Amino acid sequence: MSNGFPTNGPEPPDGDRDCEAVVAAVEVAGVDKVFNPGRSNEVHALTGIDLRIAAGEFVTLIGPSGCGKSTLLRLIAALTDVSEGSVTVNGKPADRARLDRDYSMVFQRAGLFDWRNVSRNIELPLELMGWNAADRRQRSAEMLELVKLSEFARHHPAELSGGMQQRVAIARAMSFDPKLLLMDEPFGALDEMTREHMQNELLRIWNETQTTVIFVTHSISEAVFLSTRVVVMSPRPGRISAVIDTDLGERSEATRDHPEYFANVTAVRNALRGDHAS
Amino acid sequence: MTAAKAVLRAWLPPVVAAAIMFGCWEALLAVLNPDGFVLPPPSTIVSALFGDFDAISTATGITGFIIVTGLIAGVVVGALAAVLVTAFRSAHETLTPLAVAVNAVPIIALAPIFNAWFGILSPRSNQAVVVVLVFFPVFINTTRGLGHIEPSQIELMESYGAGKWRIMREVRIPNAMPYFFTALKLATSLAVIAAIVAEYFGGRQDALGNIITNSAGLTRYDDAWAAVLAGSLVGIGLYAIAVVLERLVMPWYFAARRAQ
Repeated sequence: MSNGFPTNGPEPPDGDRDCEAVVAAVEVAGVDKVFNPGRSNEVHALTGIDLRIAAGEFVTLIGPSGCGKSTLLRLIAALTDVSEGSVTVNGKPADRARLDRDYSMVFQRAGLFDWRNVSRNIELPLELMGWNAADRRQRSAEMLELVKLSEFARHHPAELSGGMQQRVAIARAMSFDPKLLLMDEPFGALDEMTREHMQNELLRIWNETQTTVIFVTHSISEAVFLSTRVVVMSPRPGRISAVIDTDLGERSEATRDHPEYFANVTAVRNALRGDHAS
Repeated sequence: MTAAKAVLRAWLPPVVAAAIMFGCWEALLAVLNPDGFVLPPPSTIVSALFGDFDAISTATGITGFIIVTGLIAGVVVGALAAVLVTAFRSAHETLTPLAVAVNAVPIIALAPIFNAWFGILSPRSNQAVVVVLVFFPVFINTTRGLGHIEPSQIELMESYGAGKWRIMREVRIPNAMPYFFTALKLATSLAVIAAIVAEYFGGRQDALGNIITNSAGLTRYDDAWAAVLAGSLVGIGLYAIAVVLERLVMPWYFAARRAQ
C-alpha cells in the first residue's frame, strides 16, 4: 500500500485497485437497534451485528419473521438510525452514502408511480440527480433493454403484470449505476414460476453490471440459488446466527438440480433450525 | 362508432329518466292540482324563467359571482392548508383538531353574524359563508390524500436523497389529486347552497336568494322556482367544469382504472 504518496494527496493511478480491495462495500460493526427505547412498546430489533461485505458479492439475509433482516437492510440504507455501533457504505457513513446515491433499493411492492409511464418511472432517480431530458430518455431506453421491456416504455404501470412491474422497479434502481443494490423481498409477492424467472434475470443483470447486492428473503431455495453468501438470522433479539458460503459459480436452470445446490439448501435449513433448538 | 355508442350509453339513461320524471310531474299536477299554486308544473317554471329573464339572469350573474369567487378562494385556502399541515407536524397537531372542531359549527347559521361584520347589503358576507363552507371538505380530503401513501414509496424517495418538498411535489401532491377532485365536486354544490341560503339573510337585494324569499313571500311560487332552477343550472355547470378539469389534470388516474 505505502508507495510514497502523502495519504491525503491525490490518488496514485495504480493505487486505485488496492484501495477497492481494502474498502468494503458495506461494513456493519457492533450494531444494536432498539425501537421506542424506554417506552412500554420497546423492541430490541437487532443486537451485536457485525457484517462485512466485499464489492461484487451477492449476500442474502434470511431468517424467520421478526429476526430484523429488513431492519438491518434499512440501517444500511440509512432509512433508520442505529442505536449503537456503526454502518459504513463504500467507506462513508451510511447517511452520507444515501445522499451521495451510492445505493439503490427495491421493495416487495414495485412502488411504481401511477402518474408516470414506465419510461418516466425509470427516469425518476435521474431527474432527482439533475440529468437532462435527452440523457434520461436514452438511459431509460437502455435500462428497458436490460430488463427486456422495451416495447412497454409508453405503457401505464397498471397495465403491466406483477413480474413486469418488478422488472421496471429493478430497471429504475439500476438506472444510475449504483454500486450497491439493496433488495427487500423483491420477489415475495410473485408466483413461483415468475419468481424463478426473475431470479435468473437478476443473476444475469448482476453478472452484467458487477453490482454488490444485499437481498432479503424468507425463501431458502431463493437464498441458495442467488447468493455467494447466506447470512442466517434469528429473532428476539435479532442477531446473526450463521454465515454460510454458498457460491455455486456460474448458475443456470440446471443449477437448481445440482447436488451441491441441495447440500447448501440443507446447510441453510439446519442453520435456521439450530435457532429453534437453542 | 364505438365511442358514439359509449357516449349514448352513458347519457341516454339519465336523460330518459329525467324526461319521465318531469313528464309525470307535469301530468300529475294537471290532474291533481290544476291551478299549480303550491307546486307549479315544470312548463310554468320554465315560462316564468323566460318571462322574468332579465331579473333572473342579473340575479344569476350576481349570485354566480359570489359562488365562483367563494369556491375558488375556499378551494385554494383548503388545499394550501392541507399541504401546510402535511409538511409540518406541529401545524398538523395544532390546526387539524381546530379545523375539525370548527367544522362541527353549523356554518350557515353564521350568515346573519357575517352580515353584521361585512354590512347587511354587502355580498362579502355571502362570499365569506361560501369560503368557510367549501374550505373543510377540501382541507380534510386533500390532507388524507397527501398522507395516504405506501410507506415504501416514501422510503424509495428518501433512498434517492429526496427532501421533504421534493417528496411533496413528486409523490404526495399527485397522490392527493383523486381525493382533491372528489372534494372539489362536492364543493361545487356546497358553494351554490351556501351562497343562496346566505342571501336569505342579507346581501344584495337583486340576487337569487332574495328573489326566492321575496317571490315566496308574495306567493309568486313560479318565480321562486325559476330562481331555484337558475341556481341548479349554475351548480350543474360548475360540477361539469370540475369533471372536465379532473380528466385534464390526471388522465393517468383514469388510464390506471381502465387497466385494473
